[in-house]
Amino acid sequence: MDDEMEACVPTPSRELTQNPLKKIWMPCKKNGLPEKHIFQRKVCMTNCPTLIVTVGLPARGKTYISKKLTRYLNWIGVPTKEFNVGQYRRECVKIYKSFEFFRPDNEEGLKIRKQCASAALNDVRQYLTEEGGQVAVFDATNTTRERRETIMRFADQNGFKVFFVESVCEDPDVIAENIVQVKLGSPDYRHCNTEQAVEDFMKRIKCYENSYEPLDEVLDRELSFIKIIDVGRRYLVNRVLDHIQSRIVYYLMNIHITPRSIYLCRHGESDLNVKGRIGGDSGLSSRGKAFACCLAKFIHAQDIPDLKVWTSQMKRTIQTAEALGVPYEQWKALNEIDAGVCEELMYEEIQQRHPLEFALRDQDKYRYRYPKGESYEDLVQRLEPVIMELERQENILVICHQAVMRCLLAYFLDKTAEELPYLKCPLHTVLKLTPVAYGCKVESIFLKVEAVNTHRERPENVDVTRMTEEALLTVPAHQMSTCTGLRRPPYRLYLLTSDPTVGPPTLAGLTPCSRGPDL
Amino acid sequence: CQSVCSSVPQFTNSPTMIVLVGLPARGKTYISKKLTRYLNWIGVPTKVFNVGQYRREAVRSYSNFEFFRPDNEEAMKIRKACALSALKDVSAYFTQDHGQVAVFDATNTTRERREVILSFAKEYGYKVFFVESICDDPEIIAENIKQVKLSSPDYVNCDKDEAVADFLKRIECYKVTYVPLDDDCDRNLSYIKIFNVGSRYLVNRVQDHIQSRIVYYLMNIHVTPRTIYLCRHGESDLNLLGRIGGDSGLSSRGNKFAAALGKYIRSQCIPDLKIWTSHMKRTIQTAEAVGVPYEQWKALNEIDAGVCEEMTYEEIQEHYPEEFALRDQDKYRYRYPKGESYEDLVHRLEPVIMELERQENVLVVCHQAVMRCLLAYFLDKSADELPYLKCPLHTVLKLTPVAYGCKVESVFLNVEAVNTHRDRPVVSVNTHAQTHTETGLW
Repeated sequence: MDDEMEACVPTPSRELTQNPLKKIWMPCKKNGLPEKHIFQRKVCMTNCPTLIVTVGLPARGKTYISKKLTRYLNWIGVPTKEFNVGQYRRECVKIYKSFEFFRPDNEEGLKIRKQCASAALNDVRQYLTEEGGQVAVFDATNTTRERRETIMRFADQNGFKVFFVESVCEDPDVIAENIVQVKLGSPDYRHCNTEQAVEDFMKRIKCYENSYEPLDEVLDRELSFIKIIDVGRRYLVNRVLDHIQSRIVYYLMNIHITPRSIYLCRHGESDLNVKGRIGGDSGLSSRGKAFACCLAKFIHAQDIPDLKVWTSQMKRTIQTAEALGVPYEQWKALNEIDAGVCEELMYEEIQQRHPLEFALRDQDKYRYRYPKGESYEDLVQRLEPVIMELERQENILVICHQAVMRCLLAYFLDKTAEELPYLKCPLHTVLKLTPVAYGCKVESIFLKVEAVNTHRERPENVDVTRMTEEALLTVPAHQMSTCTGLRRPPYRLYLLTSDPTVGPPTLAGLTPCSRGPDL
Repeated sequence: CQSVCSSVPQFTNSPTMIVLVGLPARGKTYISKKLTRYLNWIGVPTKVFNVGQYRREAVRSYSNFEFFRPDNEEAMKIRKACALSALKDVSAYFTQDHGQVAVFDATNTTRERREVILSFAKEYGYKVFFVESICDDPEIIAENIKQVKLSSPDYVNCDKDEAVADFLKRIECYKVTYVPLDDDCDRNLSYIKIFNVGSRYLVNRVQDHIQSRIVYYLMNIHVTPRTIYLCRHGESDLNLLGRIGGDSGLSSRGNKFAAALGKYIRSQCIPDLKIWTSHMKRTIQTAEAVGVPYEQWKALNEIDAGVCEEMTYEEIQEHYPEEFALRDQDKYRYRYPKGESYEDLVHRLEPVIMELERQENVLVVCHQAVMRCLLAYFLDKSADELPYLKCPLHTVLKLTPVAYGCKVESVFLNVEAVNTHRDRPVVSVNTHAQTHTETGLW
């Protein structure tokens, strides 16, 4: 190649077009359509799907880890699914009789269990190759080297990377607690009393113990794995291959099972809330201040040991925290979603000035990015360090904002990207989350100070050609400025009265607004 | 009732001592310096205390390995005194200099020495986290010796082979008394053991957030040789107009640069090069010209100038003279109204740095403020220096890790562009009228 002769003429670079929903610039072909060529930073940049394989005796937290990890990965945008072989077994052998099924000399039992594992692996293959899955979590004991080798051969044939997660624990208290929390309620022990169930389960564990071959530092030195010892006291990490494995290791090393409660709430009602304006950095209204005082009373009454309090860096959350009279930490990452050019506008104004944007948002509220602003998808990425630190912490109160709270709640309650932007997080309501069994118990406590409703349901018509009335149908009631000069279409205002559980937006459950707003 | 609030999440209230453990040439100083650089960059005041340096100050000239013989009582006395002197300085760093983390870089290979440190820490209420590096691969050790020992002040007048022979005997002196951290005896200590430069890790009793971050960082770094290329997008239309921020496309000179960049990159023949851009049009247009797939990172977007977006320097002075003055007072911490600060930028870029550590050959096409932050990380620049680092348009910085730091080559690709660099002003910030010799943006 003769560089000196080559003139430095800029090859006409491909034209760029900005995707109207996500505001991502990408090259387009001559006809103006986008090329599929470029990558947008996704978490999992590996083309290879990953198979996470749990290893461990029964009651070592494998399913707990599987479910939690799956929830986390899905939340950060990595399509993940767990495959619990025990469930396949329950489908195959309709009725569980006793631990005898698991005896190593029970050939019939062994055959069935092997078939179940194969069926599960088959579904794994389908998920990772045909259904767009990126990570599959294969949740079973996988306690023999032979079984693990079968899995690795399967992975090799299909081009999947394998990462083992082994849980080793000999603390009898921890095991007993596990059994109480999740085994007694298992379908296997539906018809047993507690003592019978515990006794049978202990014998079940014994069946595995003799043939258990833990991952070995020497024999398994070529494998990629993490060994979790005594619920996180110690970890052995071997050959982390790529980004997603590194993230998984970091996550697993930060979670704990110490009982605690997480309290989530929004700031008190703000002046802009009252005006029906989004974003901004206003202070609390008088009702908002009243809420702050009620929050203080509520928190003191809860008598929570070593409670940490976090706020965003916006005035309204800080004012709310101030009323508590305890130290708090400000996190910029907890700031409300940036609405870009729509900051401080009312929905009516957004419809008037940016009707296309407004429609696009209703079409895909999770991925939609405000011009010069953010999307819910961006918010999740921004909040990931907050979630990581929440996992590390114990009792904590997070005072944040509507969109932020929806993202955090979606993480704890395993809500999809579609559900997330419509989760109900009303003002002046505290959500108390308590981890229990494999999930999270949620209690909603309304602190009896009235506030405007800021929840806008997805309207029926999301088409860009819709009428203004159709776009504004679900806008919640708010104070209207008398001199905005906006054409106020005659529409009914609905106050949503259902309690904070998610449901697809329907007209059922809506009642006409009985308290008129200040029009 | 008083409320104490902090503007950055508190990592820990007790200061933390990170104590290295390991035979010579196991990468302890490499880890110490790199970790210190990382922690300082993310805003945790950290300092290294290298006991070898204290020893060099106490014993002006090094004769040979005999100094390190375990039966050399005179030397033992000196070495212990050096360790204690370093501990004393650690204490002063925490109490007087508001340090948060001290990295105690020495072999610390005996249980006895570690006990001394643990007692010291306990007395003062410091947390202790051990980082042990275990390596038995003779090639890695030989490479270490070559990279950092031969040029040590200890071997300044030795020929290469002599130095290597002496150093290997030095290592033998330590081996006799080396007691690695033990999974059983030391089960109550907090530590990470790194085996063979990261193929395996053993992590025990991580106590808090900062230790968790340290573990994550140590598990992501590697020593495979590689090169990082940093550059800004080509000159943009807004650059030409003297306007900051925005999302404009490339000017014609910017397009020329993009083509030149493509040519340069191809000429470098870099195996498996990854290219990263921001989500802004100008970096993407630049990467397009290189002709290989690239990844867009929103985290690489330019600093958000909030209300000052797309303004000229004159307009900012006219509309927000006080903001402008405040920015000059503390450019690192200053946050644009409804925008960001350099400090915010560092926080936002941390996952980028983490992934850069994991990667090998990477070209990052970004923006002025962003590039300053990334450069400050690689070149260990303070928060004070960071916002004034020179990152001109149309210039590629080629960073190559070497020894304990980073070699940097600046390659100007011969396409002219406006200058967007504004030096730290010398006039007092209390006077509003500022004369500037450079036209350009801040």
